[in-house]
Amino acid sequence: MRYAMAIDTKKCVGCSDCVVACQTENDVPIGYCRDWVVEVMDGTYPQLEMEIRSERCNHCENSPCVRCCPTGASHYGEGGIVLVTENKCIGCSACITSCPYDARFVHPKGYVDKCTFCLHRVKKGLQPACVAVCPTKCMYFGDLDDPRSEVSMVLKKRKWKTLIPEAGTKPHLYFLI
Amino acid sequence: MNSRRQFLKISSLSAAGLIFGGGLLDAFAENLVKKNPSHFKGPFDFVRTPTYCEVCFWKCAGWVYKDENGRIKKIIGNNDDPNCNGRFCPRGTGGVGMYNDEDRLKTPLIRTEERGEQTFREASWDEAFDYIAAKLQKVKKEHGPESLALFSHGSGGKYFGKVLKGLGSNNIAAPSYAQCRGPREVAFLATYGQGINSPENTDIRDTKCLVLIGSHLGENMHNGQVQEMSDAIDKGATIITVDPRFSTVASKSKFWLPIKPSTDMALLLTWMNVIINEELYDKKYVEKYCYGFDQLKEHVQQYTPEWAYGVTTLKPQQIRETARAMADAAPAVIVHPGRHVTWYGDDTQRLRAVAILNALLGSWGRRGGFYNPEKASVPHYKIPKFPKPNKSWREALGGKYNLADLALASGLCDASMPTPDLGHQIKAWIVNGTNLINTLPNQANTLKAIQELDLIAVVDTMPMEITGYADVVLPECTYLERYDSLRVSQGREPSIALRMPAVDPKYNTKPAYWMAREIAKRLDLLDYFPFENLEDEIDWELQQVGTSLEEMQRIGVKRIKREYDDLYFEKNEDIEFDTNTGKIELYSTALAEEGFEPIPVFVQHPEPQEGFYRLIYGRAPMHTFSRTANNPNLTDLMDENTLWVNPKVAKEWDLKNDQYVYLENQDGIISDFSIKVRVTERIRFDSVYMVHGFGHADKRMKRCFGKGISDTQLISNVMIDPIMGGTGMRGNFVTFRFDNKKEA
Ligand code: SF4
Ligand code: SF4
Ligand code: SF4
Repeated sequence: MRYAMAIDTKKCVGCSDCVVACQTENDVPIGYCRDWVVEVMDGTYPQLEMEIRSERCNHCENSPCVRCCPTGASHYGEGGIVLVTENKCIGCSACITSCPYDARFVHPKGYVDKCTFCLHRVKKGLQPACVAVCPTKCMYFGDLDDPRSEVSMVLKKRKWKTLIPEAGTKPHLYFLI
Repeated sequence: MNSRRQFLKISSLSAAGLIFGGGLLDAFAENLVKKNPSHFKGPFDFVRTPTYCEVCFWKCAGWVYKDENGRIKKIIGNNDDPNCNGRFCPRGTGGVGMYNDEDRLKTPLIRTEERGEQTFREASWDEAFDYIAAKLQKVKKEHGPESLALFSHGSGGKYFGKVLKGLGSNNIAAPSYAQCRGPREVAFLATYGQGINSPENTDIRDTKCLVLIGSHLGENMHNGQVQEMSDAIDKGATIITVDPRFSTVASKSKFWLPIKPSTDMALLLTWMNVIINEELYDKKYVEKYCYGFDQLKEHVQQYTPEWAYGVTTLKPQQIRETARAMADAAPAVIVHPGRHVTWYGDDTQRLRAVAILNALLGSWGRRGGFYNPEKASVPHYKIPKFPKPNKSWREALGGKYNLADLALASGLCDASMPTPDLGHQIKAWIVNGTNLINTLPNQANTLKAIQELDLIAVVDTMPMEITGYADVVLPECTYLERYDSLRVSQGREPSIALRMPAVDPKYNTKPAYWMAREIAKRLDLLDYFPFENLEDEIDWELQQVGTSLEEMQRIGVKRIKREYDDLYFEKNEDIEFDTNTGKIELYSTALAEEGFEPIPVFVQHPEPQEGFYRLIYGRAPMHTFSRTANNPNLTDLMDENTLWVNPKVAKEWDLKNDQYVYLENQDGIISDFSIKVRVTERIRFDSVYMVHGFGHADKRMKRCFGKGISDTQLISNVMIDPIMGGTGMRGNFVTFRFDNKKEA
């Protein structure tokens, strides 16, 4: 099982609902976030193009953060989801420096925090909070090893890209373009 | 001017903050779960209660989930709700911030004078109600019931409305009409005999072509419409966006027409020209249903694409191409009427042009165009008839704006000033949930009117600017802490939704129903409030439609089967429209009767002088007007507005990204605060853009005080729509300043 997420940049409007829903679902303190929105604009008036992306941890298959963690707090969990065990984390921030996507932050309680793909929900058969709330339904989540999962199907049908592929991290976040 | 009603600031309020410290609150939260018997367990071991969202007018129905300690954890959409399909927008998801906001109004306040200084003192509810009731009675006795007015936005308005009507006044207005969607309603009524209403009857889900004119879906999170637009994108619909700004939706559009601001009418008329002359219109539809085609055809001959080029700066080829794209998709095409449409004072006419264009394309009553919405009919408990007002709100308008179908907030405000030509003068305001200082244009005017009043009572959850001018402030609890009347929505499928308290009211706050009833009690108007508790009335209503409060507490939303199977027109169906001619009026007989142009004409609007730029404002997806500006969850996403400036302009003025500037408008009004510059290609060189709802001047709102600029402050030139009194706000021009010192 390999969990992954695909985000349709053609539909995302950058509303940040995914950010708020994650904050309330996962008790992320105000002032911090596990997911965020990026707008990339190109061109000069009136020849313009813009891509909007909802970003979060890429749950890399080859993740530098897990590799560099001195305590083993950062680890691969169910379906390849990259997780941090709170009470093993000493807050040294080595993982934060190693992550090419700036996906991690130090929680005010002292440990490093990041997106978990809402594993606690996924275990109950629910979608991650961001996927479930998105008003444009632009996010797809599921198992890459299951060819009938929403995410496998949409990746087959549509053109996509990953972020910073040259880092060799094998991200599990796909952006439909 | 006498400053009897000086603006009051925080210093006088400190006591309230002390009384309700955090420790007390924790103890308070503990027993909530046990106390409220109607809560029940939801699927994730949380307690959940139904609500419908109050953060904007879309009123999405959802569930409030609580954690083991009885604290609100999250708010999630109800899957059965046609308004939201289980998905709230960011503001609704962050609605819990309204409840948690520590700057909320906490207890009733009465204005007093202490050692020559005006101040608010904390009052008991009884004192506050006695004060208001006595003043209302006095004003009624001295000036007649028509001197009382209610300004309202949101659920509580209904209840205060009963008090007002019981006293014999129908001066009840919402700024959402004359300051927002009024022209649209009047224009569609004039054309189709039917308004657009809310939620809009646009069939975006099945459309093949969506035309947005200055409407920025996705930045304005009108939830159902944004969701359906996304469905339409999935199905490959063509989107055409007309906007001087490269909006979010412009970036998703096949065609973006970067029009010169204020020239939309020219484009609309030219589109008609192309569609008629190239015979792209729906001939059968026009022949069967429309009135005045020949006059229209002749009228639009003058508006050629080549002419429009000079006016709009859009290339003739672009105009032709987009007209053809619409016709290709017809009748599954929507030329969207927008929502906030009070721009240039000829707004009813511009929306008439939108209505006419839709008629030419045959989209009204067609799948993928405009469907025929239905609303559930929920009977009301019988109460005595309200006395007939001696004078209605119309008379406050001095014989103007006969086609307005609802009262004008701006009109009532004007009628509060002593002028000889108006029917009567308004002396007392009840203001419910609307920050008139920021919703009515021309602040100086509003402030002047306020000085003339004998009473201003304000009901709100937050210390919005308007509360600073009140004689009495009534702190309302948020929608998460109260019952409200059922939501009865129009749509493809009618539905009703329940709002019930998830938690008890925090601080010394109360629901509007209770407040209005307490005031009614003191005025001998209890007959209009037969139920002591609102939930009993709701239960009675629900029983009439075959459900109950108990059932609705469990399901939250009930869809109701349509009574008529008439979502779209049948093929060749004979239809009588509710207009003078019984037809869709391309030529409006109603407008002609009132002495207005029966077919829209293009009028040139003023342009910015050298060194000035047109002030354009809009929405951000994480905020609703100024109402959410202090919400801790939402300010976390956006805590100030920025000023979009084209790089060419930035260069000319030597402006850098993230630099703060003040703005001065054409009338010499300088902004109180400064705004951060965002240099971007996404805005035309003749305009600047900001999101509405920032630049709050009330220090009691700590998170938003002084953050960004209030566009309203700079909107002093208001272009009134002669047809229905709408207040056009897009004719204001600003220039940059590096300080806000007024010249001596
Ligand atoms: S909620 Fe959806 S549309 Fe909104 S920013 Fe997130 S991914 Fe984009
Ligand atoms: S995105 Fe960063 S935090 Fe997430 S798995 Fe990859 S390297 Fe680790
Ligand atoms: S659109 Fe958003 S703010 Fe408006 S009612 Fe729905 S969830 Fe609430």
